[in-house]
Amino acid sequence: MKAKHQRLILALVAVLALVGAGLLAASALRDEAAYFYAPADVRAKGFEAGKAIRLGGMVVKGSLTRAADGVTIHFEVTDGKATVPAVFKGIAPDLFKEGSGVVAEGAFDSMGTFVATNLLAKHDERYMPRELEGLRYDEETREMKAER
Amino acid sequence: MIAEAGLAALWLAAALALLQLILVGIGLAGQRSELLGAVRPVAVAQGLLVVTAFISLITLFIRSDMSVLLVATNSHSMKPWLYKFAGTWGNHEGSMLLWVAVMGAAGAAVALFERALRRDTHMATLGGQAAISLGFYAFLLFASNPFTRVDPPAADGQGLNPLLQDPGLAFHPPTLYLGYVGLSVAFSFAVGALLTRQVDAAFAGAMRPWVLAAWIFLTLGITAGSYWAYYELGWGGWWFWDPVENASLMPWLAATALLHSVTVLATRDALRAWTVMLAVIAFSMSMVGTFLVRSGILTSVHAFAVDPERGTFILVLLGLYIGGAFALFGWRVGAVREGAPFELVSRETMLVVNNLLLSVILGLVLIGTLYPLMTEAFGHKVSVGAPYFDRIAGPIALILMIVMAVGPLTRWRRDRLVDVSPRLAIPAVIALVVAATLATIAWGRIGVLPFFGLTIALAVGAASVAPLWKRNLRRTPLFTWGMVIAHLGCAVSLAGMACDSAFTVEKLAAVRPGDIVEAADWKLRLIQIAPVAGDNWTALQADMEVSRGGGSPVSLHPQSRFFASPPTTTTEAALLTRWNGQLYVVLGQEGNDGRWQLRVWWKPFVTLIWFGGALIALGGLLALLGRERRGWLLKWRARALAA
Repeated sequence: MKAKHQRLILALVAVLALVGAGLLAASALRDEAAYFYAPADVRAKGFEAGKAIRLGGMVVKGSLTRAADGVTIHFEVTDGKATVPAVFKGIAPDLFKEGSGVVAEGAFDSMGTFVATNLLAKHDERYMPRELEGLRYDEETREMKAER
Repeated sequence: MIAEAGLAALWLAAALALLQLILVGIGLAGQRSELLGAVRPVAVAQGLLVVTAFISLITLFIRSDMSVLLVATNSHSMKPWLYKFAGTWGNHEGSMLLWVAVMGAAGAAVALFERALRRDTHMATLGGQAAISLGFYAFLLFASNPFTRVDPPAADGQGLNPLLQDPGLAFHPPTLYLGYVGLSVAFSFAVGALLTRQVDAAFAGAMRPWVLAAWIFLTLGITAGSYWAYYELGWGGWWFWDPVENASLMPWLAATALLHSVTVLATRDALRAWTVMLAVIAFSMSMVGTFLVRSGILTSVHAFAVDPERGTFILVLLGLYIGGAFALFGWRVGAVREGAPFELVSRETMLVVNNLLLSVILGLVLIGTLYPLMTEAFGHKVSVGAPYFDRIAGPIALILMIVMAVGPLTRWRRDRLVDVSPRLAIPAVIALVVAATLATIAWGRIGVLPFFGLTIALAVGAASVAPLWKRNLRRTPLFTWGMVIAHLGCAVSLAGMACDSAFTVEKLAAVRPGDIVEAADWKLRLIQIAPVAGDNWTALQADMEVSRGGGSPVSLHPQSRFFASPPTTTTEAALLTRWNGQLYVVLGQEGNDGRWQLRVWWKPFVTLIWFGGALIALGGLLALLGRERRGWLLKWRARALAA
């Protein structure tokens, strides 16, 4: 094989590999791009039970309860427009509190309760999950408000 | 005075970098080539000055000089000595100064020790180094001055983020930066070689040690970062697909591809243009990583410095360097003729496939990391997380492992399938046996990826030591040992990942003192929960006794730790390491009924993940020593004779 042909074949294979990768990424992204849900999205579009997603919002004040086993917690997540019940079995992060932002990883069960496998709370006092930017909790009306 | 001296040193270093660039430019352009004689001393002086500036900043931090803004906002006089020291780079300005300091030192080293390159390529390389440094000097001096004073001085500092107060994280950023900056040297080499049209085997031989060194540091940095996240964040996972983690993974993927292609170029004089392009891409990935981390533009648990102005500055630098390098590449690629040809079945082909697969993984990670940014520009908020990355990167990584096993067993230039197949017989048999065994004992209980992962890990492990088969081990070159050990390390890591995801046992419980929790075959008894205090924290600490089978009990002390400045709680997991796995215990919160939450994991062979990482780095080190030892010995001998 001549060097020129070889170079051509190499370039073709590289292009094919990259196009393949692009297609793969596009198809995976189409499936997973709806990865982040706010409670309002759930109300508007419904949910697909068992599909791994991230649910983000604020923990509703007064909604947090601990079950008898001591390690399961029930709470509600709101974005001010809709509220979704959620359950988590495990140790919640230190900054997971009522009235604070949370991003929960997990999936809905068939009843519409979000079963979280992982909770991402604020990492420190300054960090706020980017998906929740612009939301805040109003202490008086106990509602979520959009800032500005 | 120290702050002013440091700032002065930084300005001087920046001026010298400019001088260095001008000298190279004029010297290479035409008649005044005598100017080139001054380039090396200038590069050395620049390196010394910028290191001086960095040492000044360290001194300010250790002395807790609260009249310096950076110290006041990121340190605290009550902090342990180690974290005052390491706090120097635990913030935006300090870490950028660390970056230029390492870069200046690397430039000085290139000026002093590089002998293999042709003189004009060497000078062009130093010019490239100066050009990159200048951008970062400008960034520091105009947008992120670390030496700014506050008047009046702060009463005391605001402290360092407690999550960073950990020996692992204290030394993790410098390690990564050594890797990033090492790639900048490879980038400058590529630019220099393109300018002087000198892309050949000799150039690759000169570039390889720099790539290897950078790759070793990146490997160590990523391994350490993964272990830190595992034990410090208390979530028991070792990879998060966080943008900041990806920021270090992407340069590593590119550097791994570059490492292999530069070897092909050095030994076989093939893949010239491809190698140069990878050198450009590898450093671009370091820059993209820096941009992602420093701009705060993406969600990350550990991004800091959310500042659009700085993000824009880095973005402009990014565009200038990457755009410039690609333009140069496009302009000069015609001058880089392709080297020696090779047949379809050959080690070259395997390395090309390796490079393609690594590039594809790199592309997919890059797309996944940047996708949220792109959609946000159109008003959608999405986040791309573990499901995306696992689904696409996992299978390709497994294919890559197979290529890695086959590659070293093929010959350079030309091989025949009938000759290659018998060499693969033993690993193939091992794979079949493992797959059959796993299928009988654990079918349905472990996922598809862990199943194939474990199978491939054991087969690749066997295949990676195969190049030593029937060799005189004492005479086997260090370079070959390095390759064998690094590939074995990949198999070991993969085995650890597969075991962790397939066989981890988790137990959650709420317990009172005196209660016993059982997980796998471990018995854990909570004795009491008591407050304890450290240098700058207080904690609630569980006193636990754990035992397995009839073995003697061991004490474990998971904590929930409170830091006053800044006010933060961290979870300090307790780890018990045994040869076959790790017991991981996290203390949670106390309920109204006085029961404490406990989370217990038994993670079989999870430590293999990081042990494998260490093996990979060790392999790199051996390869570096093996290739360079002879050259160094000759140089030293020549110098000793001359003296």
